[in-house]
Amino acid sequence: MDLATFWFCVIALLWLGYLFLEGFDFGVGMLLPVLSRTNEERRVLVNTIGPVWDGNEVWLIVAGGATFAAFPGWYASLFSAAYLPLLLVLVALILRGVAFEYRGKVDTDRWRRNWDRAIVFGSWVPALGVGALLATNVVGMPLDAQGNRVGSALAIIRPETALGALAVAGFSLLHGALFLSLKTDGDVRRRAARLAMRIGPVALLPLAALLAVVQLRHGSAPTAVAAGLAALAAVGALVVLASGRAGRAFALLGAALAASVISLFGALYPDVLPSTLNPAYSLTVHGTASSPYTLTVMTWVAAFGTPAVLVYQGWTYWVFRKRIGTNHIPPVHVP
Amino acid sequence: MDVLDIARWQFGITTVYHFLMVPLTIGLSVLVAVMQTAWFRTGKPHYLAMTKFWGKLMLINFAMGVVTGIVQEFQFGMAWSAYSRFVGDVFGAPLAMEGLVAFFVESTFLGLWIFGWDRLPRAAHLACIWAAALATNVSAFFILAANSWMQHPVGIAFVDGRPRLTSIWAVLTNPTVLATLPHTLAGSFAVAGTFLVGVAAWHLARKHRDTPKDHPDRTVWRASLRLGAWVGLAAFAAVAVSGDVQGKLMFQQQPMKMASAEALCNTESPASFSIFAVGDVARRDCESVKSVTVPALLSFLAHGDFSTEVKGVNQLIGEYQAKYGTTYPNDPALGSLAGKPINYVPSLPVTYWGFRLMIGFGGIAALAAALALWLTRRDRVPRGRWFHRAALAAIATPFLANSFGWIFTEMGRQPFVVVPNPNPSGVDGVWLYTAQAVSRGVSAGEMLTSVIVLTALYAALAAVEGFLLVRYARAGVPGVMPEYGAAPSPAGEDKPAEDVLAFAY
Repeated sequence: MDLATFWFCVIALLWLGYLFLEGFDFGVGMLLPVLSRTNEERRVLVNTIGPVWDGNEVWLIVAGGATFAAFPGWYASLFSAAYLPLLLVLVALILRGVAFEYRGKVDTDRWRRNWDRAIVFGSWVPALGVGALLATNVVGMPLDAQGNRVGSALAIIRPETALGALAVAGFSLLHGALFLSLKTDGDVRRRAARLAMRIGPVALLPLAALLAVVQLRHGSAPTAVAAGLAALAAVGALVVLASGRAGRAFALLGAALAASVISLFGALYPDVLPSTLNPAYSLTVHGTASSPYTLTVMTWVAAFGTPAVLVYQGWTYWVFRKRIGTNHIPPVHVP
Repeated sequence: MDVLDIARWQFGITTVYHFLMVPLTIGLSVLVAVMQTAWFRTGKPHYLAMTKFWGKLMLINFAMGVVTGIVQEFQFGMAWSAYSRFVGDVFGAPLAMEGLVAFFVESTFLGLWIFGWDRLPRAAHLACIWAAALATNVSAFFILAANSWMQHPVGIAFVDGRPRLTSIWAVLTNPTVLATLPHTLAGSFAVAGTFLVGVAAWHLARKHRDTPKDHPDRTVWRASLRLGAWVGLAAFAAVAVSGDVQGKLMFQQQPMKMASAEALCNTESPASFSIFAVGDVARRDCESVKSVTVPALLSFLAHGDFSTEVKGVNQLIGEYQAKYGTTYPNDPALGSLAGKPINYVPSLPVTYWGFRLMIGFGGIAALAAALALWLTRRDRVPRGRWFHRAALAAIATPFLANSFGWIFTEMGRQPFVVVPNPNPSGVDGVWLYTAQAVSRGVSAGEMLTSVIVLTALYAALAAVEGFLLVRYARAGVPGVMPEYGAAPSPAGEDKPAEDVLAFAY
């Protein structure tokens, strides 16, 4: 495998890491009003991801930075073509991050209610937005020969865009519910487990549909295998979930996500961003890759950096491995 | 306004705003780590109280730095896609390294620090704040390495109309970044030091004029004030020295920027330094400007002696035109500027006043730190009302100095976004006009939408952050550590139950 292809795989891996980790962060935020009745319960939900959400979000930043470094043309065309949708995602991420930190800083219901709204908005919108963006990236955008978008701000929207949005949002809902049933205790845990069982099959339908559509239009034999494995893992997740084993269901859902990402990026290869106007305008792995020297430098950095990240992020989850219940939540103390 | 102007306003607004939070985080995270180290080594409770109090203010500020940082990374691709394509082979690498090497460490270990008070052994918990604080400083290095490359391209070959990286080592040891890094970090510590002085002076003057010397709160504020003032003073000395080095380098690398910093119309030898000016500094003939000057000082700032000539704007225009052309290329991507004459002179009022405001506000901050040390010598607390008011006002000065410094250095390199370099250590012949850098597929309407949305959001969040900072700063130690200074309770009566989290959102 040449370096450019290797970096295409690295970027797929970074997106996988982001979707897996931030997927349950989003799910927790999306389910905040659904699974809680009291402020203590809302604090239980927020604190399951309190120590980790920021580290998880860095996967998005590194995915963006690595795309800039390894495939500048891809980064430039994708981010400028999807200008307004990305702005919406940024606004949502800004509000969500601030909300986690500021929600408990003033002891009034109004203050908390507003930040809770910010968390819900800030979790739904990026989940939908990132899904829409990735799906649209796979099926292509109206790009001219210079890689610039042709048409209005919303010209990139296609049926697959909506499907991608629902796919990631649905996945995040289920992923978050499973995560909460593993990380919480008491009523919240029961509600989360029950919700996961109830929404399971429906939540994964858009992802299945997206995989099928992409497979039919752009797929190959290997991507079909990956899509098949994704479906198998997803069904397996739902089956073990039905027998109440949330831990295994969580792991299998992660495997389904991995196979889905492989299938989608596999269908994209050797393009990085197809043009829907003219296949000759499509941005390709080898056409947009940085120089071999830059890629070599980046490979060394990634070779040392990535294992370290995995180790210390894994350690964080180990340190905060205990379930949280309302009995663990300290009383509100603010000035 | 066209797309280019809106995109420039957006970059200016979002970057200046982001860099209000960043220097405070850079400086304060290290100072909090120092405070916690002092507690770890001595066990004195006032060091723990300081760690918790200043740590809380740091976190309120850090959250805003994080969320506005994402915008920074994304807007290169969103608003400056032509720039991103042009420089990606070089510029993307330090950016990706920043994420992978620094930002991951910073965010993960800060999370461990916030929530880990009772989960981690004391030494491991201390190591977490150090990891986060150092990573914040390493972050600054990578971002400045990227910025310095735009100021002074090194480590590249020009292939197929684009710079191609040939030595990452050259990019990371660019003389420009080696000068900019200490200057920026020192500026950040000046911010953190003055912040400590201002808040601590307020508490001392309001509540501790007559409290006994061993009053627990008084101990906290005195120690904070003295630490902040010493850090502020040392930082200002470092700012001055590193600024001088950076200035001399800039006279070689970007003579137009430095001539514009002086609004120096014509070459002088020896050149005098203008303290301030009355009149329109934008006029190229210098006719209407009355300037108060120090003879030969500019020659010293530029070259280290009091006689060498310093080139003026009018002479440099000719040199730039000879080297880089008189008109923009006839490229349709340049829009209305294609084929038009190039204006090589940055906005002189911005560069001239930006430079002076940077130095002036920095000087006020240093003076405030020195004064605070003198006034609080040997356990004194000044009695006048003016003391804490002045100290609070001084908090703003290093922030302003930082902002004006960046506005000067970024506006001073216009019309270039990647600046061509006559300096022999750089690779000459590589440049990009700002007008060529903007995204071409993005409409003015989209760009206007984003600048309005982001500015409104940032303004609202500034109000929220300011409100929280004031509230927590005012509340003092009891706001974050109610048990501090209270008589120890008999036999752990009001100790929290065993499994309650030490900290939760």
